[in-house]
Amino acid sequence: MSTEAKIIELDEVAIRFSGDSGDGMQLTGTLFSDASALLGNDISTFPDFPSEIRAPQGTVGGVSGFQVHFGANQINTPGDLAHVLVAMNPAAIKANAKFIRLQGTIIYDSDSFTEKNLLKAQFKTTDPFEELNLHDYRKIAVPISNLTKESLKEFGLDNKSVLRSKNMFALGLVCWMFNRPLDYIESFIKKKFAKKPTVVEANLKVLHDGFNYGMNMQHMTPRYVVNPAPIEKGTYRTVHGNQATAWGILAAAEKAKKPLFIGSYPITPATDILQELAVRKDLGVKSFQAEDEIAGICTTIGASFAGHFAVTSTSGPGLALKSEAMGLAVIAELPIVVINVQRGGPSTGLPTKTEQSDLLQSLYGRNGESPMVVLAASSPSDSFYYAYMASKIAMERMTPVILLTDGFLGNGSQPMKLPRMADLPEITPAQALDAETYLPYKRDAETLAREWAYPGMKGFEHRIGGLEKGLDGNVSHDPANHQKMCDIRAEKVARVADMIPELEIYGNQEGGEILLVGWGGTHGHLLSSARELRSEGIDVSLAHFNYIQPLPKNTEQIFSKYKKIIVCELNNGQFALYLRDQFPQFSYAQMNKLQGLPFTNDEIKSRVQKEMEGSLSC
Amino acid sequence: MLENSTQYTIKDLKSPNEIRWCPGCGDHAIINAVQKAMVTLAIPIEKYAVVSGIGCSSRFPYYMNTYGFHTIHGRAAAVASGLKSANPELSVWEITGDGDALAIGGNHFIHMVRRNIDINVILFNNKIYGLTKGQYSPTCDRGKVTKTSPFGTVEDPFTPGKLVLGSRGTFFARAIDSNVKKSHDVFVEAAKHKGTSVVEVLQNCVIYNHNIHTEITDPKHKEDRQLHLEDNKPMLFGKEKNKGIILNKKGKLEVAVIGENGITIDDILVHDACDADGFLHQQLIDMKLPEFPVAFGVIRKVKDLVYDECMEAQIKEVQEDAKIKCVEDLLFSGNTWEVK
Repeated sequence: MSTEAKIIELDEVAIRFSGDSGDGMQLTGTLFSDASALLGNDISTFPDFPSEIRAPQGTVGGVSGFQVHFGANQINTPGDLAHVLVAMNPAAIKANAKFIRLQGTIIYDSDSFTEKNLLKAQFKTTDPFEELNLHDYRKIAVPISNLTKESLKEFGLDNKSVLRSKNMFALGLVCWMFNRPLDYIESFIKKKFAKKPTVVEANLKVLHDGFNYGMNMQHMTPRYVVNPAPIEKGTYRTVHGNQATAWGILAAAEKAKKPLFIGSYPITPATDILQELAVRKDLGVKSFQAEDEIAGICTTIGASFAGHFAVTSTSGPGLALKSEAMGLAVIAELPIVVINVQRGGPSTGLPTKTEQSDLLQSLYGRNGESPMVVLAASSPSDSFYYAYMASKIAMERMTPVILLTDGFLGNGSQPMKLPRMADLPEITPAQALDAETYLPYKRDAETLAREWAYPGMKGFEHRIGGLEKGLDGNVSHDPANHQKMCDIRAEKVARVADMIPELEIYGNQEGGEILLVGWGGTHGHLLSSARELRSEGIDVSLAHFNYIQPLPKNTEQIFSKYKKIIVCELNNGQFALYLRDQFPQFSYAQMNKLQGLPFTNDEIKSRVQKEMEGSLSC
Repeated sequence: MLENSTQYTIKDLKSPNEIRWCPGCGDHAIINAVQKAMVTLAIPIEKYAVVSGIGCSSRFPYYMNTYGFHTIHGRAAAVASGLKSANPELSVWEITGDGDALAIGGNHFIHMVRRNIDINVILFNNKIYGLTKGQYSPTCDRGKVTKTSPFGTVEDPFTPGKLVLGSRGTFFARAIDSNVKKSHDVFVEAAKHKGTSVVEVLQNCVIYNHNIHTEITDPKHKEDRQLHLEDNKPMLFGKEKNKGIILNKKGKLEVAVIGENGITIDDILVHDACDADGFLHQQLIDMKLPEFPVAFGVIRKVKDLVYDECMEAQIKEVQEDAKIKCVEDLLFSGNTWEVK
């Protein structure tokens, strides 16, 4: 028997770390993906966790997973199926069996296969693999719990603390398998537990023992090499979507030379945005954790009236609560950004799961004629850019803007090429300058934006409010004026089309058979599916939207060039409905999914193949 | 435009808009008193911002020549909180009513008071919904017959001052719409107080709840039915100023007459608005006819930490030894790597 592990070179690998929600799988996955990003792999991640903080231990409902997909080429998705599953208990195997690639590897803690745990995971026999029909997989049993105990024997820690380190054993082992150096993880542990030297030592010991175990047991596990991806030159760091969103907002405030205010209320999966901004007191951010969602947006509107660049963050049910106040921002024409990190709905729905749930709510969910600009980010890292653009539009055009991201983007992470402030587009707020000629609803002839004047500015004193008004801000019940003001507010939003880029097409620029249409967070999956389909010779192109209201100017022209349009979205057809209203001359086929999960490439590809067969047969 | 913005008269505070409150409405007197108070305070006009919610009283900002924001129902407290937190240099006034502040906006009201944001709240209490034409409000007494309670309400009211106390309020005062002089004094004190100042103004709605406060405000009886509190002065009232408030052996307030039962001026309680312990303040807020006179003036005025100031101070403190000074510092901090 050879003592050297077989080294396999791969273009891309997806690993799923999975265990009980208290097992530290999110941290394990994050550390592994950061270490991979540092090596120069392109990565994409997908945390998949229950909404309960501590669901019943050992049950399938309490399983927390983190998938990381890394590769030597462009990686746009976290991967449909994992090559490797790391399972800390039987429930994790049950919950994830459907996410493992055929003939994939399952590394599991054999110590966890106790009668009690098998029962909790509702296995009927002592062989979960047989029960789940997992025959064609490489199963690697590692007594992780006992090895961790053994490793920490001399630390004199209690059993609970010892077992808390077992994720580090698994991490060490996987790092060996995938040839990741441990230095980044070590420095992270040292920093994180700086005040608890025993915890640092214990974790480092277990991490190394896991790594060495892999080396010593080479006959059991193969070893893989995934080379760095050829990515654009520059400085990179890993960001998750909510962080990138918060930073985009910060960058916009700095560029516009406006103090930043966030009024918000914690809600999954948007809370990170409030947290990211609350910690930025060093950059002067005023963060106001309000008593509820309504106060979140109302304090934001108050701060905008005060001349601050003000934002609020929320998710579906919170957006519903903010509707009335969004209407106030529309009629008062104050610049605010409402960030909505979408999750499964209706009602409380699926708080930790992703869905493109709120497009129609964003476009239409207010009383009266109440148009708002709507943008959607399409990857964790481009959340930075779209948050920046949402802010630019709000401040230059004096309008509230909704930025849509979703749970998949918000929690997912990705390397981001760090921009230089000087390279970001200028932001010129519609600042009022001349008190003599100032009127609150006097407008720029081109953009229709009114001027921003605020308390403290001498000579600009004025009144605004939620009632319909005339040029001077005073209440007007004049029928003709109301018609005019409604038309102007709509036109002002429509003219934002002048400042947004045209839609770009991936694939066949001349037109062709099939145009996939998507928006927001599905971009990665749609793009990699389109790429694969094209490499198989199928004439498919992709039009992906980040600007939803208004749409890019060339949308109609692009749609006209393709024989078939398939609108793909994680809802029951909200964007398709909107497009049918905007461009009724085209017919739109739909691909929809409502499972709290992203699309998979397989799903998209088979949908396109079905469409091709359909068109061939008629 | 005024040359020196701190030298102005009441005329400069009036907007050209025609006031549309009903003739005889208590609001006319209140706006008059607010404008007089603003002149007394002599804060530059551009620093005044008046924020309101929905209701008759909330039309107020349109009649002021200051910055003004007429927002949505119940949310004035939240909008004002954002405004004041963003710019603590401003003098922010919230104009609200019993429905706006205590029903639909109750949550924002108590949290604004709890945070002690430096906002002056003028709470017009006419114990009725006027703008929607006569429905009961959260300050209506049990049994009140209105359009939505044709057989009388089956619920008890809030006492605004007790709600303020229960929310850790630092300033509470009571005034009567028609008494412009006293309202003016109270508004000035409210504005000078650092923190949330709530002034409950008993306001008369001539159309839907006429004379609701008359028992208290009737000039024929007002000396016996109103106790005007002054700080560090004994709590005296009555035509001859010979009645006063004492604390009885049961630890409760009682009305006593000087010269009767051996009571002297020394037995009368001396008002201390600055006492952080709210026990007596609550007793005073709770005094009702016919057993007691109703207390007016500044009942509570206590120093405490102020939200908007603390927010600024915290930012300054963090910034002093912060490593991150601009967004680029932040972006390039942490675990970055170069792709060459």
